[in-house]
Amino acid sequence: MSVITLQVDGRDVAVPAGSTLLQAIRAAGLSVPTLCHLDGLDPVGACRLCLVEVEGGQRLLPACASEASEGQVIRTDTAQLQGYRRMAVELFFAEGNHVCAFCVANGQCELQDVAVAVGMDHSRFPYQYPQRSVDASHRHFSLDHNRCILCTRCVRVCDQIEGAHVWDVAERGSDCRIVAGLDQPWGEVEACTSCGKCVDVCPTGALYANEDTTAEKHPHPERAHQLRRAREHQQWLR
Amino acid sequence: MVALPARERPQLRCCGASGCRHAGAGPLLAALRAAAAAGGPAADDMSAGASAALQPLEVRSVGCLRLCGEGPLLAWDGPEGTRLFGGLAPAAAAALVDQVRGVASLPLAADPALAGHQLDLEQPFFRLQRPLVLEGCGIVDPECIEAALAHGSYAQLRRVLHELSPEAVREQVRRSGLRGRGGGGYPTGLKWDTVALQPPGRRYVVCNADEGDPGAFMDRSVLEGDPHRLLEGMAIAAYAVGADHGYLYVRAEYPLAIERLRLALQQARQQGLLGQGIAGSSFNLDLEVRVGAGAYVCGEETALLHSIQGQRGTPRTRPPYPAQAGLWGAPTLINNVETFAAVPVILREGGDWYAAIGSGNSRGTKVFSLSGAIRHTGLVEVPMGTSLRTVVETMGGGDPDGGAVKAVQTGGPSGGCIPAALLDTPVDFESLLALGSMMGSGGMVVIGQGTAMPEVARHFMAFSVNESCGKCVPCRAGTVQLLALLDRCLERGATAADLEALEALCAMVKATSLCGLGQAAPNPVLSTLRHFRQEYSAAPGAGR
Repeated sequence: MSVITLQVDGRDVAVPAGSTLLQAIRAAGLSVPTLCHLDGLDPVGACRLCLVEVEGGQRLLPACASEASEGQVIRTDTAQLQGYRRMAVELFFAEGNHVCAFCVANGQCELQDVAVAVGMDHSRFPYQYPQRSVDASHRHFSLDHNRCILCTRCVRVCDQIEGAHVWDVAERGSDCRIVAGLDQPWGEVEACTSCGKCVDVCPTGALYANEDTTAEKHPHPERAHQLRRAREHQQWLR
Repeated sequence: MVALPARERPQLRCCGASGCRHAGAGPLLAALRAAAAAGGPAADDMSAGASAALQPLEVRSVGCLRLCGEGPLLAWDGPEGTRLFGGLAPAAAAALVDQVRGVASLPLAADPALAGHQLDLEQPFFRLQRPLVLEGCGIVDPECIEAALAHGSYAQLRRVLHELSPEAVREQVRRSGLRGRGGGGYPTGLKWDTVALQPPGRRYVVCNADEGDPGAFMDRSVLEGDPHRLLEGMAIAAYAVGADHGYLYVRAEYPLAIERLRLALQQARQQGLLGQGIAGSSFNLDLEVRVGAGAYVCGEETALLHSIQGQRGTPRTRPPYPAQAGLWGAPTLINNVETFAAVPVILREGGDWYAAIGSGNSRGTKVFSLSGAIRHTGLVEVPMGTSLRTVVETMGGGDPDGGAVKAVQTGGPSGGCIPAALLDTPVDFESLLALGSMMGSGGMVVIGQGTAMPEVARHFMAFSVNESCGKCVPCRAGTVQLLALLDRCLERGATAADLEALEALCAMVKATSLCGLGQAAPNPVLSTLRHFRQEYSAAPGAGR
């Protein structure tokens, strides 16, 4: 396996060729905030939180979906990037209805975590208070669209790991929403195996188990990676 | 283009493209054909021009005759050259046919049915045009492959297949300096090389005919007016990059273009110009039409490819570029309609010949569609580097009410507004970018003095809000917030803090959006802020 070296925030790092910038950043002992990315799922580069600066490059690159190359000089934490990240998190909060105080994921929410990480204490953008619904038709789980950030982890885990492809995105722009089956109530979708992987990987309280109430959600985002590694490398250990 | 050399046997060409159809070309064409079939003059009026009356009069339906605002357009070619008429009612058909046959009782200028309808073909709008892409548009019958063949279509494809290697074809395209006409301006030869030089295996060729910018109708005119030229260009491209399958992705809002394209494909297959063993060579190519479902974002190349594959039309991160991994993972060449349509003439005249037209790094000609507050609404093809003033004022005739032009919007929702003071800017990729606008696909919307520029910005932002696919947050939620900010500025005038917030969010959406559409969505705001900043603070209710 060939190895490439690059520099992240002044630190030299060596990673296997074919690694993503995100892997290189982590290998350097650093981190960038992520929301849509999840180890084990194909990247989509949609949340734009992991954008980094590449010296000599014209555009910012999503670390999760960009391949690292030899000799690259990456900056992950410039004042400009910090500003953009904070604005992106504010946009997430302002476009949905996120009320931590009575959310099932309070304390276990990745949106909450990145808000803390980027230092967002309020949104400078007016809240949109969209009219959204809750789908509680499934025996075990519920979907609260108010808390959905359209990261599409549920779509991908169901398609790429469970192989059921229950979830998809409907509409466009700010009308986008996750739909089950052919835009049916979740409980009526026969393809759903009730495996719960979508609930495990959901970064917010949008997907949750029916028995959980405020601050009781216990997600398992690591499972996507465990399952993928198990299948592709026959490594069954955690 | 519109004017043809003098010809002994007269013919009539009636524009059958969408614009003129809308203005009534259908009934006019039917009336002309009926009048032509009715034969000559009545038996008691055999005194004048009887011999002319006996000749069959050909009435052809052709593509765009350029001056769309005066439609329906009709060209009469005869021994004295071409005369052009605009806005004729079907009731005038008989009078016109009498004139053509020389049996009219009144001279043309005195004929009440026709007087005032003749258009000056010597005016700059026509005289300054340089038709290359639109060479056959307005001349050939787009529904008749024989007409296209007689006009030279497919001659370069045949020659290329028998005489040139794919590398030699690419060499000519490289030398031509042709750059993508869809807006990006990427060097076409380089793109072709990138696809051709991928490891052996299947390749695809795709034509982006999802022309969606408001005020843009260049590609539609090619599709409706000369589809065989496009197919020839695409076939040459497919040969040059080693593709044997391709798609034409056309927006559903262009039903006539789709109909004519499908007919053209069928005719080309029948003539052995598509399919297996094209023109007696060993080259095979199948082309299919794919119809879009009404999403502007599907004009973005990666979203377009997803849509062809039957997936949701959302863009993805590049690299890999479609030239490396496109349709079903295979190297895929995507070019815009106008780019492909420029290829036959490049092969015919040579890359160097083409490169001699234009200026700087923008070579050849560009088609623009002129609309908005302008006297002459229509289609023009001019050499790159022609100044905006020439296009808008000299050719377009400026403001219809005689006032001064305020600004020109180029590049649609991804472009910007160029103020009248900068009209001497040459129209080329770099100059427009330097002004905070962009070439875009070629739509030019002229803005009159009565229009407030923040309103223009809001109009385009509302477009972007509506057309955002929703995949990435800066575009999905950022454009919504930008629109809200613009609303506020327009309602009560912008404060310094509003403008600061507007600029900060514009910068963020521009820098962090996933695809070109999101990245360019703030451009109408940024360019109007740059050139018309005072209007933002001066909106009604600005009480500072």
